[in-house]
Amino acid sequence: MKAAVIVFPGSNCDRDMAVAFERAGADVTMVWHKDTALPEGLDIVGVPGGFSFGDYLRCGAIAAKSPISASLVRHAERGGYVLGVCNGFQVLTETGLLPGALMRNANLKFICRPVDLKVETSASDFTSGYNAGDVISVPVAHHDGNYTIDEDGLAKLRGEDRVAFTYAANPNGSVGDIAGVLSENRRVLGMMPHPERAVDAMHGGTDGVAMFRSLAQGLVTA
Amino acid sequence: MKVRVDVMLKNGVLDPQGEAVRHALGSLGFDGVSGVRQGKVIELDVAEGTDEATIKDMCEKLLANTVIESYQVHM
Repeated sequence: MKAAVIVFPGSNCDRDMAVAFERAGADVTMVWHKDTALPEGLDIVGVPGGFSFGDYLRCGAIAAKSPISASLVRHAERGGYVLGVCNGFQVLTETGLLPGALMRNANLKFICRPVDLKVETSASDFTSGYNAGDVISVPVAHHDGNYTIDEDGLAKLRGEDRVAFTYAANPNGSVGDIAGVLSENRRVLGMMPHPERAVDAMHGGTDGVAMFRSLAQGLVTA
Repeated sequence: MKVRVDVMLKNGVLDPQGEAVRHALGSLGFDGVSGVRQGKVIELDVAEGTDEATIKDMCEKLLANTVIESYQVHM
């Protein structure tokens, strides 16, 4: 699996994501936001967590208009895989690759702790290593993770089995307890919790490993 | 030429920050504040003759997230 991780000014989970991909056997290239092209032959692009551009204007809004982001959108439109975590999820909604938006947490607090996530679907290369209904523990660390989408959009997500993860106990006010959503072609996943921070016993848990492992296996045979 | 853009959360989108401000006003003794909505004002300094359509294009592409926000342009 050939992966790239985009680095914006203010990204702070880029190396964690690269390590998670590498441990799953991926060849990882870091790509600076001012680059205009992604490396050739990529299977997946990681959009990492952090505070790109200081969260100015709206979280992820400036990053979504960075030079590299046009290439990211083209990669996804060609059927390439994209994983956006935390700020990366915010960037993906701002680019329009994923529906909805992420607003300030309902309790206005920055939340930083492990949460239980329910795997809602195993029908994607991101989640095929889990069983639907599994509960996994993955850390969250965000101030703006309150997922919102209109009723029609929510019905569409549910009808198309595109809610990847929900919170067992909603920490941030997200509609439908949604923690992560898939694109129509199921090749773009955005999620607020950090699977890349749950890939080593020293992280306190390894429930994120199955995601990177299933990607490595799925994308090799794809 | 100065242009002002007001960006507000759309009606129906819950505004947790506005709610917090409303509670704070109540605790200061300001009774009867039944709602607070918080938005932002963006001032642009643009070339003379820039038309409203261009400003609206800026709003659609960057200044507002039209999934959750509405905007008003004041030329």
